[in-house]
Amino acid sequence: MAEKVLMKGNEAIAEAAIMAGCRHYFGYPITPQTEVAAYMAKRMPKIEGGVFLQAESEIAAINMVYGVAATGKRVMTSSSSPGISLKSEGISYIAGCDLPALIVNVQRGGPGLGGIQPSQSDYFQATRGSGHGDYHLIVLAPASVQEMASLTFKAFNLADKYRMPTMILADGTMGQMMEPVSLDMGEVETYEKPWALTGTNMEREHNIVNSLSLVPEELEKFNFERFEKYKAIEENEALCEEFMMEDAEICIAAFGIASRVSKNAVIEARKQGIKAGLIRPITLWPFPKKAFAKAADKVKSFISVEMSMGQMIEDVKLATECKKPVTLCNRAGGMIPSPEQVLEAIIEANKGGDK
Amino acid sequence: MNFKRVTLFAGHYGSGKTNIAVNYAVKIKEAGLDVCVADLDIVNPYYRAKDSEDELEKRGIHLISSVYANSNVDLPAIPQQMYSIVHNTDTYAVMDIGGDDRGALALGRYAPSIKEENNYEMFFVINKYRPLTPDAESTVEVMREVEAAGGIKFTAIVNNSNLGEETTAEDVLSSVSYAEEISEMTGLPVKMTTVKATLYNELSGKIENIMPLNLQHIRKYD
Repeated sequence: MAEKVLMKGNEAIAEAAIMAGCRHYFGYPITPQTEVAAYMAKRMPKIEGGVFLQAESEIAAINMVYGVAATGKRVMTSSSSPGISLKSEGISYIAGCDLPALIVNVQRGGPGLGGIQPSQSDYFQATRGSGHGDYHLIVLAPASVQEMASLTFKAFNLADKYRMPTMILADGTMGQMMEPVSLDMGEVETYEKPWALTGTNMEREHNIVNSLSLVPEELEKFNFERFEKYKAIEENEALCEEFMMEDAEICIAAFGIASRVSKNAVIEARKQGIKAGLIRPITLWPFPKKAFAKAADKVKSFISVEMSMGQMIEDVKLATECKKPVTLCNRAGGMIPSPEQVLEAIIEANKGGDK
Repeated sequence: MNFKRVTLFAGHYGSGKTNIAVNYAVKIKEAGLDVCVADLDIVNPYYRAKDSEDELEKRGIHLISSVYANSNVDLPAIPQQMYSIVHNTDTYAVMDIGGDDRGALALGRYAPSIKEENNYEMFFVINKYRPLTPDAESTVEVMREVEAAGGIKFTAIVNNSNLGEETTAEDVLSSVSYAEEISEMTGLPVKMTTVKATLYNELSGKIENIMPLNLQHIRKYD
């Protein structure tokens, strides 16, 4: 299907998941991601083997995901911020069992019940593992409805490839906005899953999926092995988009909808003679450290533009080893920064000179 | 153009009802008639008629909308003022109904009065570029669901086939046969084809009854 259709971001996630071979969706409604579930409810019953199930709670939904993931089938759930907190116990179990699954977070303002307007304040939660224990999720941050589709498709491939949960970290704006999308997603990658619980037919040794280790030495070994895998992912899977960075002196770091606002500000700053540029992380974990490390040797300063009280800014500082100043330009609680606000931050940073 | 006292816009989720409703109200106002817009959307959390409130008020068009619209309160509420739509028959009303059958449920309580007064038009808004309504059959299926939920039947079709900002004249032209097929299947006339304002000149003369959508209520980020 190369022709374009007009879709909501949430719908694009659902359709791309189906195209990626996901036939199991478990969820619980919450604004602003409910269209993912609504779309699945309409589509899944019409597809062979398709299961849509509205669980009695987020906790039930994530444990259904856990169960299907153990059988090696492609499976997903979606929610918004408070719902992801509820799911995080289950996400930790899925990570502890090394199971592939997709978790979608269409973020809203917090903490607590917060509000229903868009936010990016679950960055820490997403990139630091969300639940208890040492683990990571591969976290992808779409900045268009097209990417809501393409990164969802990619997230299923990555989950299978590395045998681990992946996350789409979107926000309410990305979920609700409508844009044209090409649903030309490419190949579904297939992976052997000898670990999957598919029934032995009395022909093989039974598989065990479990996150409990009775022997501490063994649990330590599993953790070290898992982090060897994470190292390879950090080496191979980090993704970002660089915009006008060739000669940039002020570098903005922004993802998702904040990156689109920032792009506008960069263009405006250039018109005013200020050499601004943008690095947009597409993977939040692994964080695109190399791009920032490279920029740190060239630019005067960094501005982290975020819809939170400043979370990604810590990764920018780490990746640049604090070689250059990093300032924060932010809105919170469901508010979106304006291009004017970002432009002002650029002008301010440009006054700073070479520190 | 002849206007009925009440004009209702309903259809598939994301087909463009709100945008058209707002622009249609402006048209009624420009004809010298007193008109208000009623936001009956109980489905969408954002991108609602509320986004156009200032533009409407500027033109002397009152918007009846839930106090919770565009706020952090996630309630599918309808204000009591909504009853003025059916009781105050001196004023023209444009009703923006939420998407699909779920959205049309909110219409049920007003439907008997609207039918009794019998001075209304109900437009079925269609967009062939929406993935769940790519052909006439699937679109008509949605139409029947909306009618059943809302308790009132459509009187005409509005072809709003578009791909957002990327829409070309060719995209609109190639949707004409889709609209005609739906018209044939349902016996309802295609009342108008709505296009973004920048396509209006290119398409006028090529399609009958084109209406440009001058007011865009979409929030812009880039």
